[in-house]
Amino acid sequence: MVTTRASLDDVWGWLSEVPDPENPVISVVALGIIRDVAWQGDTLQVTVTPTYSGCPATAVINMEIEAALRARGIEHIALKRQIAPPWTTDWLSNAGRAKLEAYDIAPPRAAGGPARCPHCKADTVERISQFGSTPCKAQWRCTTCLEPFDYFKCI
Amino acid sequence: MSVEGLLRLGDNTLVLGQRLSAWCGHAPALEEDIALANIALDLIGQTQLWLGLAAAREGQGRDADTLAFHRDAWDFRNLLLVEQPNRDFGVTMMRQFLFDTWHLAALTALTEHADADISAIAQKAVKEVTYHRERSTDTVIALGDGTEESHNRMQSALDRLWPYVGEMFASDDADLTNMAALRAPFDTHVTATLAEATLVRPDSDFAHMGGKTGVRHSEHLGHMLATMQVLPRSYPDAKW
Repeated sequence: MVTTRASLDDVWGWLSEVPDPENPVISVVALGIIRDVAWQGDTLQVTVTPTYSGCPATAVINMEIEAALRARGIEHIALKRQIAPPWTTDWLSNAGRAKLEAYDIAPPRAAGGPARCPHCKADTVERISQFGSTPCKAQWRCTTCLEPFDYFKCI
Repeated sequence: MSVEGLLRLGDNTLVLGQRLSAWCGHAPALEEDIALANIALDLIGQTQLWLGLAAAREGQGRDADTLAFHRDAWDFRNLLLVEQPNRDFGVTMMRQFLFDTWHLAALTALTEHADADISAIAQKAVKEVTYHRERSTDTVIALGDGTEESHNRMQSALDRLWPYVGEMFASDDADLTNMAALRAPFDTHVTATLAEATLVRPDSDFAHMGGKTGVRHSEHLGHMLATMQVLPRSYPDAKW
């Protein structure tokens, strides 16, 4: 068991290995929802912001964060929910965006729609629906390869 | 009296979230089904924030769940509009459009609220609701300016729901922002949308009142709450 406090760099590293349950190719850190990590006495406080206020993955994410840190020997963990400033897809890391596309999910863009089809890379895309399989996605389709795909909504 | 104002916001999102959830598995197309369920999810999430804050401010040991499941119809402070039954898809989408347009204006004003907790929830919710309004606006235009059947249904939905619009702008001291001031931006967006949808705004601005004050809810709310509350009331220790 760890009796000394782990370094915050190590903690960030461990959290970078915790996958987002709905988009498992990216971590909760790459998703931008871990806002702060700090020791308060012998308690590690992790500040987490929800993506969407009703996202059902939030509870799973909290459990996974806690499990990952316990596995590293951290005994006292406090998860703090912070809703302001609100989560934005601007906090998604560039590496995270590339991983999403490789996973066939078009990454968010300020223009409001995907730049290209994540499958065949053609820029001929059209929207099927503003909502998709999870609160963070919309459904689009490529008119070249005709495949539908998820687009990570820009908010 | 911020508790009363918080209940109004949280009860609106709770009641409409519950109404929309009833479409899950029944919407006319898969995409619509998924969209309505997602919007319901956003609204229920916002409910947890508003009612959670209301319970904390009230300081009587209740939480968001107690407020949602252990109050009766006369304790609810939602607008009459959101408790109106789903009826057909046209009525559901028109109700959504009218609510979203008011909701976005209200949340935008609340992002500037002096109370940091209220402002934080509004900043979170306004992003989600911007998206809701975009979609319901598109749908009202597509169906209004669609086939003869869809046009007639949307006009009939508008005529049916218009008497519930006025209550959204009836302001009193319990409101967290001046609701009357939201009428102008509401009218601007609604007028432009109806024109594009080839729909005609009803002449009469007669308004039913009594939802947000809790004085006189419609009969529909009690039936909805009976369904929504039966499980936690029958099995008080039930856990997911």
